[in-house]
Amino acid sequence: MKHFRYIGLALAATFAVSQAGAQELTGTLKNIKDTGAITLGFRDSSIPFSYLDDNQKPVGFAMDICYKIVDAVKKELKLDKLEVKLNPVTSATRIPLMANGTIDLECGSTTNNAERQKQVSFTNTHFLTASRYVFKKSSGIKSIDDLKGKTVVSTAGTTNIKQLTEANVAKGLGANIIPAKDHAEAFLMVETDRAVAFVMDDILLASLVAGSKSPDDYAISKDAFSKPEPYGIMLRKDDAPFKKVVDAATAALYTSGEGEKIYAKWFTAKIPPKGLNLNTPISSELKNEFAKPTDSPNPDDYK
Amino acid sequence: MNYHWNWGIFFEPNPMGTGTYLDMLLSGLVLTIKTALLAWVIALIFGSIVGVMRTLPSRGAYWFGFCWVEFFRNMPLLVQLFLWFFVLPELLPKAAGLWLKQLPNAPFWTAAIGVGLFMSARVAVQLQAGISSLPRGQKMAATALGLTTVQGYRYVLLPMAFRIILPPLTSEFLNTIKNTAVAITIGLIELTGQARSMQEFSFQVFEAFTAATILYLLVNAVVVTAMRFLERYVAIPGYITGK
Amino acid sequence: MLGSFDFDVIRRSLPYLFYEGMTFTLTLTALAALGGLIFGTAIALMRLSGYKTLGRIAGLYVDFMRSLPLVLVIFWFYFLVPYIGQWLTGASRPISVGAFASSLITFIMFEAAYFSEIMRAGIQSISRGQPAAASALGLSYAQTMRYVVLPQAFRNMLPVLLTQTIVLFQDTSLVYVLSIPDFLGAASKVAQRDGRLVEMYLFAAVVYFTISCIASFGVRRLQSRIAIIR
Repeated sequence: MKHFRYIGLALAATFAVSQAGAQELTGTLKNIKDTGAITLGFRDSSIPFSYLDDNQKPVGFAMDICYKIVDAVKKELKLDKLEVKLNPVTSATRIPLMANGTIDLECGSTTNNAERQKQVSFTNTHFLTASRYVFKKSSGIKSIDDLKGKTVVSTAGTTNIKQLTEANVAKGLGANIIPAKDHAEAFLMVETDRAVAFVMDDILLASLVAGSKSPDDYAISKDAFSKPEPYGIMLRKDDAPFKKVVDAATAALYTSGEGEKIYAKWFTAKIPPKGLNLNTPISSELKNEFAKPTDSPNPDDYK
Repeated sequence: MNYHWNWGIFFEPNPMGTGTYLDMLLSGLVLTIKTALLAWVIALIFGSIVGVMRTLPSRGAYWFGFCWVEFFRNMPLLVQLFLWFFVLPELLPKAAGLWLKQLPNAPFWTAAIGVGLFMSARVAVQLQAGISSLPRGQKMAATALGLTTVQGYRYVLLPMAFRIILPPLTSEFLNTIKNTAVAITIGLIELTGQARSMQEFSFQVFEAFTAATILYLLVNAVVVTAMRFLERYVAIPGYITGK
Repeated sequence: MLGSFDFDVIRRSLPYLFYEGMTFTLTLTALAALGGLIFGTAIALMRLSGYKTLGRIAGLYVDFMRSLPLVLVIFWFYFLVPYIGQWLTGASRPISVGAFASSLITFIMFEAAYFSEIMRAGIQSISRGQPAAASALGLSYAQTMRYVVLPQAFRNMLPVLLTQTIVLFQDTSLVYVLSIPDFLGAASKVAQRDGRLVEMYLFAAVVYFTISCIASFGVRRLQSRIAIIR
């Protein structure tokens, strides 16, 4: 690995990153205090959780929660000023970018499951959604079995594409699965008839349909690929002090009733950029969870 | 480095039900090679035609060749693939566009044709340079022997030119293989795409990318070695490459 | 179809496309070209230095980089650079490197391999008699390089270097795979948000084409002006 060191030296020369004195203290909190900055990962098109508004600025339900967490971190560290950096992520890049320290919090629509918990941590759940698919009414699709041999799209790096892949094997569908970079791109594949169906969390599908040119053309399946699964803000694994601050901040937000207010702002009122109203009142399961916040990855804990 | 290494991951079953993760990468490699070969055939055919046109005395042929090369050279490959994949079907009549979009393996055909046309511009430039590098006397001698223009190219100029430009063509072929990776953006799951899927399913980023890197290096080594033999086999006596 | 072509979506997104997208693309191109040139010169000099091991290492690096697709390299570096930073500085955790810095490092490392080959060819194009004559005149190695070889080599390779920079300009569009808003990334974000793929991708194609065409025309003019008459 000799020339590896050489690469390294060149990098060091280009970007003299000084991290002196970082030996004793570890963790995200320490890093935030040292740099005076926290980096939030955001999504392009996870409406209404994290997406770009008309000024290409990330907004959404999860972004609002993250800004509340940032306030709590700022208070915890007694900082006068805390710079918030924003870094775009996709479903495929979010976990490696979390692991390698590029982002500190991922504010989006990330499903919290046991498998991912081996790689990353999640704070208290902020939404529950099941994996379904959207299709054009004109395509005559009635059930998952009708996807047999068809082209089906899903977003790369999601639990949905994994569930689809597994169902494809288990049910012998022989569907041709195309991975898309992000939800908007995947939806366009259905809109332009490149794929017959797009498998994704139902809430994201509903908002994509609502925001499309002709919402009446589409239908979302009744049958699901999964039980309603929890969404969580993602943070780095094995960072107990940081997780404690984040958990406390989100728990305080959800139990105080403010969480429901923010929920209402994004799900039952007009949202940018097109003034759409998703008309999705809070479910009783999520209401219960907000009363007793949990970061459990198990769907059965939310009944 | 607080990264959890697991090199055994390659022998664990993948979620596609197609065997292990290693099988998944190898199927990606096969697709990379298939796409690259088809693209290369397209590049050679169109590149040769256009390259020859650029050396013909006809002004029309020259300008056609010029425009072809400039068109395919001055746009990023990614943008060209987007044009073929997303834009072209929308500009066609509805039925034709729909047929194109619902073609099985649409990403494969789009990638092969897109990369092939992109590379054809480069092949054309190389061939033009090869033909121009031949002494003028060759063309004149061909004419003097009573050969038509087509015969002159077929029997005299092209056999020489192609052998001279074999080394640059080798590197253009290697570029073709590498360029197929751009097609992951239109949903072609070739080697880089499979490495990325493996990373998403198994979370073992660096193992997946290392394996893909090694496979690319191997393909490269095989092509370079094979081309070296070919170069020696077709070498022109008297030229530097012919020693 | 062209009848429903919506020019308005292009007009409305122009500020975003150019102020953010094109600025990102051009800054990345310029800095990566500069960095690649510096690092590429170093590699070329290593390869021509006559020290076997040094030359071997540089050669391996060049062959390695040139065997890999840029897309794969982009993924590699985006995920790996923070760990390299950690290892270099001895920090306890990976160092946060932003999207721009990470792409810049990627392109510098990648392009250096290509630039160095151009420089090597340029330097080797100078006939052996010239350095021999220079040393007969009593010039040192550094002086020979500085006053005899490099000025001529540079004129030979400048057009090729500039052409490679145009290729680099086009290649930066590949950061699209990381969802970074370069010019194409910005265009695709608007395209996907408004469902206007045809308009935005055609517009992006025209912009890239125009810039590359003008640039390569400029390179050709330059080439004919500075060519060394032999």
